[in-house]
Amino acid sequence: MNLDSLVKHSPALVVALPLLLAFSTPLWSRFNKQLRNIWVVAGMCMTTLLGLFMAYNVLRYGPITYVFGASDPTQTIPHDSGGIPIRIIFNVDAMSAFMVIIIAIVGLATTIYARPSELRRKGLNSFYALLMLLIAGVLGLVCTGDLFNMFVFFEISSLAGAALVAYRIDKGIAVEAGLKYALISTVGGLFFLIAVALLYGQYGSLNIAVIAKMMQFTRLDRFALVFITVPLAMKAGAVPMHMWTPDAYSRAPSSITAFLVVSSQASLYALFRILFTLYNVTLDCRTFGWIIIILGVLSMFIGVTMALPQKTVKRLMAYHAISQTGYMLLGVGVGLATLCDQDKGGAFDVCGRTAMVGGVFHIINHAMYKGLLFLTAGAVIHRTGVRNLEELGGLGHSMKLTMVFFIIGALSIAGIPPFNGFASKILIYESVFMFSPYLAIIAILVSILTLASFVKVFHSMFMGPKLPKFAEVKDAPTPMMFGMGLLAVMIVIGGLFPTIVTENIVEPAVTALTNQSAYIRTIFILP
Amino acid sequence: MLANFPFIAVGIIAIAGIVTMLLRVNIIRIIMGLTLLEAAGNFLLVAIGYRHNSIAPIFTSAPEEKIRPPAEMVLPTVQAMTLTSIVIGVATLALLLSFVMAIYRDYGTLDCRSIRKLQG
Amino acid sequence: MSKIVRSAADLLYPFILTFGFYIVVHGHLTAGGGFQGGAVIATGIALMFGANRYKVISQQIRGKMLRTCEAVGLIMFIIIGLCALIDGKSFLYNWLANADWLFGHPVTYGSNTGDLYTAGIIPILNIAIGIEVLGGLSLIILYMLSGVSEE
Repeated sequence: MNLDSLVKHSPALVVALPLLLAFSTPLWSRFNKQLRNIWVVAGMCMTTLLGLFMAYNVLRYGPITYVFGASDPTQTIPHDSGGIPIRIIFNVDAMSAFMVIIIAIVGLATTIYARPSELRRKGLNSFYALLMLLIAGVLGLVCTGDLFNMFVFFEISSLAGAALVAYRIDKGIAVEAGLKYALISTVGGLFFLIAVALLYGQYGSLNIAVIAKMMQFTRLDRFALVFITVPLAMKAGAVPMHMWTPDAYSRAPSSITAFLVVSSQASLYALFRILFTLYNVTLDCRTFGWIIIILGVLSMFIGVTMALPQKTVKRLMAYHAISQTGYMLLGVGVGLATLCDQDKGGAFDVCGRTAMVGGVFHIINHAMYKGLLFLTAGAVIHRTGVRNLEELGGLGHSMKLTMVFFIIGALSIAGIPPFNGFASKILIYESVFMFSPYLAIIAILVSILTLASFVKVFHSMFMGPKLPKFAEVKDAPTPMMFGMGLLAVMIVIGGLFPTIVTENIVEPAVTALTNQSAYIRTIFILP
Repeated sequence: MLANFPFIAVGIIAIAGIVTMLLRVNIIRIIMGLTLLEAAGNFLLVAIGYRHNSIAPIFTSAPEEKIRPPAEMVLPTVQAMTLTSIVIGVATLALLLSFVMAIYRDYGTLDCRSIRKLQG
Repeated sequence: MSKIVRSAADLLYPFILTFGFYIVVHGHLTAGGGFQGGAVIATGIALMFGANRYKVISQQIRGKMLRTCEAVGLIMFIIIGLCALIDGKSFLYNWLANADWLFGHPVTYGSNTGDLYTAGIIPILNIAIGIEVLGGLSLIILYMLSGVSEE
């Protein structure tokens, strides 16, 4: 199989490979446990390389389409179908490639990090199988071009994520968190299904490009829009639906929490895909853009104010994750609100496009620094066994490298140069200020409160005299260091050379997201 | 009006499911409400595919006059979607009930007002 | 359960299994297929669990065998899907249809009586899913029963 056919088949392989890993892991452990660990890590490395290779090809040569079950993977319209695309089609354009890069990097960091933290437990079989299933589900969610396929991958990632949240039973507390996550995600999935049924009943097709071509914004489409937005915003952690986030993020094993953050971003991607590619200018841009902006502002504010009084490290970081999701919703909401003025010199050119670039750039920055913060918190909890901030202290003497990683993550989330949080936040501040000054003021205030809360965490965890009960605590084990180091390197690169990241990865993604006709043209190619 | 009856039934079952999930205290009743909501979703899917005076979309031993074009068969894609949704529902139910069993073993109660150790 | 119930369950068990496998294999001709047939077979296994004591029945229908069934079914599905990539066709392309060696008879157009040996990889995928579902659902019942204390 030469390189060309590897590229041609990569959308299917990037989902089939983690699935094969997930299904074969229980069989390997019958023979030898060490072999199974090597098999999983090697398989994950191959998936990461394949994902990055596919993303490079998409960003260089254009979108890749893949038709499942056809005789030629690129032939979207068979000659006897009367001009409509008929099978499940994966459409990997620049925005999907952007998400695949994030998932590949954080997935690799998670898999390598997870080994020492799970080493003392049995049942590692199910852990690796569920993790691979979660990775396959999230990769499928971002590559697909078919609404019902999106629902199926959404449910796969919810169920695998919920099972992983409840993985360490912890006298029932983690299971309570997993129960909340599973229950709310399932209700959300059912509403998504009802919306897909409404859209299918009207337009007779499940493909996003076909519905986008035929979309007239009838009353049933309004219902479908609301029934799609609310579950996807719930899964991303936006505010009136954020109740599951602190419980699930704080009780899951730390490697899984870093990947759950990416899973929430993938649901955010699905929301943007449907808003921008399926509906585009047919919906009422100003009204709906303001609804997304209000969701964003509420998330930012409530996230950071609930984070200040928290006493457990991971619960505090989970509330910050909600607050940063608000930044992404704010940036893309401003882009949506100005989408109708797309002529030269209109509001979209002046402030909307930069806001969208800032919002989308924030997605990759957030995945990197939030993942790093959760992994450092996990390393501290793994070595000391204590989760409460009031009992921790003085770890800067023994866990030096972990402290350095924590400082990088904390400065990045607060938006301090030269780390990558600053790059995306300044884009959001400038463009949102041109759109409406009050929103930018709220955003800057939230950033100041974020810095305050992380100074408090840093002081309680690492500063102070060395405590006697932590006398034998060593630094984190090597696989954990590798996972954290990978994400820290990405943060520093993104901070020192932000224009390289924006020009090559983020701007093509935003162009692909707002250009609905290009998306339709990739599917409707006639032979 | 009579043709809309399945959709009205979907609405009634969905509202019954949501009300059960909101008002009941026992966790297993809440999961039963979730099952009702799933049933409503599946019912909506099947009801969308119906065509008047048509047969099931199966070619084996089908009557001849229903196959010559214009073929009068019910939509088959929706039935595949419903089947997938039922499978997902079964998996979700198994996971949720296992969680409830673990919670009962450790907390000792099924009252959702007492399963609240994670607060704030 | 009493001896009458156990004897009736023992009598019905092979018929339920046969009916389940019939539904699995005829998925491409009539209503049915992998999940539906697998669920019926799992119902038969659940009948045995309900009629006998847990200690007795878990020696006969063991968790290890069900786990193997589940894994084998899933791996068979993915491998058959990946086999289509060898010729340059898509994942899950029907590479056995009309090909004359396994399940390869051509399908007559229109209403017919239904030939079992047609439709390429579809019956094979149905069998794989049927094996997987019977393993998975029976495993769920087995684990839930093991958590119930003897009363």
